[in-house]
Amino acid sequence: MFTKKHIISMRDFSRAEIDAILKKAEELESFAKGKKSDLLAGKILALLFYESSTRTRLSFETAMKRLGGETVNMISTETSSASKGETLADTIRVVSEYADAIVLRHSKEGSARMAAEISNIPVINAGDGAGHHPTQTLLDLYTIKRESHLENLDIALIGDLKYGRTVHSLAYALSLYGAKISLVSPEQLKMPDEIKGDLRKRGVDVSEATKLEDVIPNADVLYMTRIQKERFPDPSEYQKVAGTYRISAELLKDARDDMIIMHPLPRVNEIDADVDATKHARYFQQAFYGVPVRMAVMSLVLGAR
Amino acid sequence: MKKELRVRPIKNGTVIDHIAAGQALNVLKILGIIGQTDAVISAVTNVPSQAMGTKDIVKVEGRELAPHEVDKIALIAPSATINIVREYKVKEKHKVALPSVIEGLVRCANPNCISNTNEPVASRFIISKHGKSVCLRCVYCERIISENIAEHLL
Repeated sequence: MFTKKHIISMRDFSRAEIDAILKKAEELESFAKGKKSDLLAGKILALLFYESSTRTRLSFETAMKRLGGETVNMISTETSSASKGETLADTIRVVSEYADAIVLRHSKEGSARMAAEISNIPVINAGDGAGHHPTQTLLDLYTIKRESHLENLDIALIGDLKYGRTVHSLAYALSLYGAKISLVSPEQLKMPDEIKGDLRKRGVDVSEATKLEDVIPNADVLYMTRIQKERFPDPSEYQKVAGTYRISAELLKDARDDMIIMHPLPRVNEIDADVDATKHARYFQQAFYGVPVRMAVMSLVLGAR
Repeated sequence: MKKELRVRPIKNGTVIDHIAAGQALNVLKILGIIGQTDAVISAVTNVPSQAMGTKDIVKVEGRELAPHEVDKIALIAPSATINIVREYKVKEKHKVALPSVIEGLVRCANPNCISNTNEPVASRFIISKHGKSVCLRCVYCERIISENIAEHLL
């Protein structure tokens, strides 16, 4: 039985709770493709986006509408009361009287946890600064489950492993399933030692590599992330690094047949367009899975049958 | 050999004993009583101790420390003992107990944490102990403070 009221951080979840969400997503997947449903009819979801978003906001809206629910939006802070100096706390109090659940994206770490303490309706964290984005992790897990396998997974996390919040949450969640994780990143963007230590304590087999070629032959999943230009003070250093962590169809010749490539998107140039047509590409499928996973999360927190 | 007294006994007040060596001044900082009080305060550092090797001691005359002040001390001096002295006699003696949660005492080290904004929210940390060191995890942003806790006091 799923009893969580709020969805804030993956640290709050047990494996059984994650499994319950993934199972629910599987049940709802046909509705994500367009089959009619009135599961959330009469429910209103408030989308409070203090920061820009494309996939997350649209997939939450799509998920809600496909299940027969409605959405109300506060997207730009310029036209909202936040521009008049209203605190997030006050906005949450007001909106929790209007809607049945809140999806929040905000620039400050911990904003969703604070909102959950104040709100009398469920709060779903859709990104709090450099903090958490649990529905992204859940859809990553769902993609791995549907397109590969969660148990005994051999996964390579590639790119910005220092600042990338998606890889930290994903690695933590995978530790509940006993994964082997290879970390591939430039020196400047290595995964912080405390996170590696935490993963090892949780029984994860963590190893580090600097070359993509070293991890491709054994991996079940290549999880690519974007390397952000602004992390490098020297543009030539960025160019050098960006070129090294780039996947092309040619580079995949040693990959296993069933290896899949994931990416939280948007991609810039870390995956060549010629990879899209290979049997390995799953990043667009992964983006689609955001819909059934968010359907599952909302139906569970809203207590829909 | 006659026992040597480094600081004379106090008549009334609080003696904080078994403070980790070198932390006496931080204890005073946490208590926030320097410059705020007329009380006579003595701090002794690096006193030989059977149990600890060396330790610090703080004596505050004419003031009995309240429990919420004692909790603050536990953050940087987890093995400290508090002695309440009345008429030169120790009337109450207890070890400081590390609280499991502290609220409004420490500023989160993450400048981008919601608790460091104008939102009406007090900082809150979950406290855990790893061996002899104390570890604070922000309830909001999950940032950990494990070193130089005294520097983060509000």
